[in-house]
Amino acid sequence: MELLFATAIGLLTAAGIYLVLRLRSFPVIIGISLLTYAVNLFLFGAGRLAINLPPVLRKGVETYTDPLPQALVLTAIVISFGMTAVVVMLALGAYLSGREDSVNMDDGTAPEQEKEA
Amino acid sequence: MDTAGSFLPIIAALPFVGALFPGLMIRAGRNTCAAFTASATILALILLLLCVPAVMRGEVLTFGIDWLPSLGLNVNFMLDGLGLLFAGLILGIGLLIILYARFYLSREDPMGQFYTYLLLFQGAMVGIVLSDNILLLLVFWELTSLSSFLLIGYWKHLPEGRQGARMALTVTGLGGLAMIGGMLILGNIAGSYDLSVILTQKEAIQASPMYLPALILILLGCFTKSAQFPFHFWLPHAMAAPTPVSAYLHSATMVKAGLFLMARMWPVLAGTPEWFWIVASTGLITMVMAAKIALFKDDLKALLAFSTVSHLGLITMLLGLGTKAAAVVAVFHIINHATFKAALFMTAGIIDHEAHTRDIKRLGGLRHLMPITFTIATIAALSMAGIPPLNGFLSKEMMLEEVAHAHWIGPHWLMGAVATLGALFSVAYSFRYIAHVFLGKERNDYPAKPHDPGFGMWAAPAFLTVLVVLIGVMPMTFAGDLVKVTAQAVTQAEPHVKIYHWHGLVPALWMSIIAVLGGALLLALHGPLMRLWSATPRPEAKVMFDAVTRAATSLSNALTDGIHNGALTRNAAVFAVAVIIAGALAWSGGNALGPTREALPVTLIPAIGWLLLVLATICLVAFHRNRFLALVLMGIVGLMVSLGFVYFSAPDLALTQISVEVVTIILLLLALNFLPRETPAESSPARRLRDAGIAIVGGVAVTGLTYAILVRDFAQESISAFHLANSYKGGGGTNVVNVILVDFRGFDTYGEIIVLGIAALVIYALTETVLKGPGGRWLANWDAHRYAEAGDRHPLMMVVATRVMMPIALMVGAFIFLRGHNEPGGGFIAGLIVAIAFLMQYMASGFAWAEDRQRVTYHATIGLGVLIASVTGIGAWLNGRPFLTSDYGYLHFPPIEEFEWATAMAFDVGVFLTVVGAVMLALNSLSSMARRSGETVNVFPMDINPARENAPNEGEA
Repeated sequence: MELLFATAIGLLTAAGIYLVLRLRSFPVIIGISLLTYAVNLFLFGAGRLAINLPPVLRKGVETYTDPLPQALVLTAIVISFGMTAVVVMLALGAYLSGREDSVNMDDGTAPEQEKEA
Repeated sequence: MDTAGSFLPIIAALPFVGALFPGLMIRAGRNTCAAFTASATILALILLLLCVPAVMRGEVLTFGIDWLPSLGLNVNFMLDGLGLLFAGLILGIGLLIILYARFYLSREDPMGQFYTYLLLFQGAMVGIVLSDNILLLLVFWELTSLSSFLLIGYWKHLPEGRQGARMALTVTGLGGLAMIGGMLILGNIAGSYDLSVILTQKEAIQASPMYLPALILILLGCFTKSAQFPFHFWLPHAMAAPTPVSAYLHSATMVKAGLFLMARMWPVLAGTPEWFWIVASTGLITMVMAAKIALFKDDLKALLAFSTVSHLGLITMLLGLGTKAAAVVAVFHIINHATFKAALFMTAGIIDHEAHTRDIKRLGGLRHLMPITFTIATIAALSMAGIPPLNGFLSKEMMLEEVAHAHWIGPHWLMGAVATLGALFSVAYSFRYIAHVFLGKERNDYPAKPHDPGFGMWAAPAFLTVLVVLIGVMPMTFAGDLVKVTAQAVTQAEPHVKIYHWHGLVPALWMSIIAVLGGALLLALHGPLMRLWSATPRPEAKVMFDAVTRAATSLSNALTDGIHNGALTRNAAVFAVAVIIAGALAWSGGNALGPTREALPVTLIPAIGWLLLVLATICLVAFHRNRFLALVLMGIVGLMVSLGFVYFSAPDLALTQISVEVVTIILLLLALNFLPRETPAESSPARRLRDAGIAIVGGVAVTGLTYAILVRDFAQESISAFHLANSYKGGGGTNVVNVILVDFRGFDTYGEIIVLGIAALVIYALTETVLKGPGGRWLANWDAHRYAEAGDRHPLMMVVATRVMMPIALMVGAFIFLRGHNEPGGGFIAGLIVAIAFLMQYMASGFAWAEDRQRVTYHATIGLGVLIASVTGIGAWLNGRPFLTSDYGYLHFPPIEEFEWATAMAFDVGVFLTVVGAVMLALNSLSSMARRSGETVNVFPMDINPARENAPNEGEA
């Protein structure tokens, strides 16, 4: 199960990196969202995986799952929503104002000269 | 003694407090402004004078407040003889400069600014000399660099002023950085950052292997500040400043800071061969070289600047000799130099002010035109030349006596000879200041008719000249005690101070005579020598400095442009590769250990979930150009992640993730309404291959890292056990995750809801800006029907369903909120659920319809939420507890069951409100864009309502 969890995070990361490296704002936003999933899962995984262990105190229960990463990831999820919303608005504002949703500055260097990089 | 000690922080603070006033008082006139500035200095000076009796008795006044004791940084002040001398010079000459500047500055100069800068500088200097803690001293040290930058560049319209200021800041700032390193090493060796402790650790420090690095770094700071060779070049360029600044910074204060520090550290650093070689050699070279340059400068201030460098070199050399007698002479010369050099700078300023030039070649014959200035300048310059019976003679004679007995390199007489040469140049340029400016024939081509200035302007230099004469004639009466107590502080021993004019036929007398005669001869030959000087090429420090600066600038430009050339993609790629490389380095540096945890078994249902996630992600990458499809696939990924949280025992996370997922997708859908539906294929196959390569390497690395973590136990005891154990006892809740959020880590959560609120406000502001700009005009012409729309945009079924669901959804929200402390739930999740409940109304009946029925603005909701959270946190103060300490208890109202209350609940209300407000404000901002684009505003809750009498005709909606 650990391997499945790890490969899922790796795949989300790879997809996220690939999409972030695209030239238009929308795939970049999607890519950032995928990276967010990956990072949140990774942080959550730092508490190690546990099945059927409560994070809520119960009488007679001795072992619990690690609550700390959960608390940290919970705020991370909400904050990342805030960040995504701001980025979406930035992209939208840029597109409406400039009618252009390329993420690179259009000064003749990108994306053509990018190739030599 | 205690009362006097408590004056020290006040003395250090007074100039800073005073710095607030000139800017305000300038409105009341220039005299008032100067008076207020002076009053701060006078107050500080009076307090300092009150400390004089104790210091003269040999006491050391101290005052201390712990600031950051864990770092060793404490606000500790101390006042001994050395501190008293320097504080007296800084405040006393500062007062004279304030008076002088009042008459020097013209009406066009912003005087309020000038005095503010001056007082800031004064405060920083006083801070340096009163600090007992070397870290505190470093803070003040940097402040002098910054405030002197403002002062040197005071005439912002002059390019020389700006360049000089930058150069001074660069050189002294770099030296300051080196000194920070040196001081940290020193404190480390001594085990304390308090000077009073360090000064007792001479053996330990000099025996330490880190002695030499510390010494070199500290001396770099001192030499750059005191303009010692090879860092002397900034001082002449700093002469572009107004003359009061030059007189203050470059005679009495800033450049003396380096000397002060060398004197301060003298007891622990001096006495070793390293100290002698570095300090004495630098001092000697600086003294001779700068004196020679000074002789050939035609600008009065440049002449004085180089002469200052030369005299600083002299004092440095004396400190470098490392003997107690030489230290006494150094102290005495510091006093003498401050008096005559400040007076000379002020006379140079007077000449510049009245004759409108300070070029020696255009001056001469001023003695009848400016008799008062002539008298002052002559006495001060003769003192600088070392002519008896003035004070400059006394210290120069003593210096020569010391040097005559010191052994440097080569033959025994070499150091004496070189020092005599320096003295000879010094005599020559001092005589030149008198002869070529005041003597000679009166000219008729001065740029302005020179005359003596008013009393206010010559009062300050005249006062200093009186001191020059008094100390010269009766040194033991006027300076003996001060020299004694200062030298005692420098050498940490009872010094032998005996200053007199006639020493007998000692070597120093002959050296003096040679210097005076030789200097006079040199001046007589000045014309031919000057031509020779002009003909010989010599390195120009400014050109070299500029070249170095330019090279550094272009290097950093190349680096920045290479990484970030305006293309986000390149920047992101560089970042990704850099992170991968850093990770690889870290990985290869350590050694991964084998698994210690038993792997969880793979079961069918989770495997299906994993498969779905993998397929959705792969499809997402493959079909990302179809943006709508991409969103659907992203929804699947988010759903699988939420289910994963459920499976791995994280119900709170699952609830949060699924609600955020809904809101995010709605947001992206709304945004997609205005963005292109397709992403064009632009990048070349090679580029795609490169990106895929980076992505795959990154993904594999993350997989490996995650797996390595998951299969091993914690390396150290986790702090989670503490949270589990104290959640109920301390926080009063059984849902540990929620208790961590609102109690243990409440401060984090508090910060995060504020960030969330700010994000929402940013979105609102962005929308408003876009709508006001060209984007808004473009939206106004938007073709609302460019895409096919549903005929029934507000369908009856949906409207009815959402109306029914609204109270239920709110109820669920309330339920989730209330159970949050003990069961999965809480403010974050409840906020998201309630936001979704509102959103459903927006979707069913349209934005405008829903907005009409909204009573509270979202801005207010966010503000209220943060306010409630803050008030809850502050409430803990009333009970004498730290911010956000929570309390809880139980209430029992029969016949209802006993229930729990916790202050954390109120905090959670704040979280709840902020989340609702932030989410709604973000989506509302998007909807206002839709409205601008001609989205129809519906008056009725639904388009087709069978109950309505006046149903709209076809095509009217």
